[in-house]
Amino acid sequence: MIEWAVNLAITVFAIAILLNLYRLAIGPDIVDRILALDTLMINSIALIVLFDIRLSLGILFEAAMLIALMGFVGTVAMTKYLLRGDVIE
Amino acid sequence: MTASSMPFVLELVISLFLVAGALFALIGSIGLARLRDFFMRLHGPTKASTLGLGCLLIGSLLYFSFQRGGLSVHEAIVTVFLFVTAPVSAHMMAKAALFRGVDKGGPSRNYPDR
Repeated sequence: MIEWAVNLAITVFAIAILLNLYRLAIGPDIVDRILALDTLMINSIALIVLFDIRLSLGILFEAAMLIALMGFVGTVAMTKYLLRGDVIE
Repeated sequence: MTASSMPFVLELVISLFLVAGALFALIGSIGLARLRDFFMRLHGPTKASTLGLGCLLIGSLLYFSFQRGGLSVHEAIVTVFLFVTAPVSAHMMAKAALFRGVDKGGPSRNYPDR
């Protein structure tokens, strides 16, 4: 039953990633694209965790942690650049 | 997948967590794709995706805790990190959108009847 649930969740997250890519493509403003990238980061973390369960490895959480760190730093850097015109003042 | 050694109730709980997390994240992404302006779109992912990823990581924590024997806290670290950073990044994005003056079409103009 877990295998069925993991397959369903992977499919649903793939659809969610397609929706995020749609918003990333048509976003009217830059902040929409930043928001789409942030959501894409969260959904890719979920996909990595799901593949970890499906392959029964237990070592991919480090990749998830790294993507979470880099995604947060990237989002803050992009919004900081929009707000102040510079990342590190 | 060594699912045969798991009790049925635990398997059911893990599957429910995984499917619930996936549905929450799908709802958040549909909100991101379909809502009308930026401040409405900010609601969907930052709430639903965090809740969805929380459910998913709780399911993963249960699975690996039972499979390895003993508590597996690695997923909990990712969960805590995301719960701390998601409001911060949402706040920064809202500030950037206010600063840029993005288009506020529809009900997010602070005048509900217009």
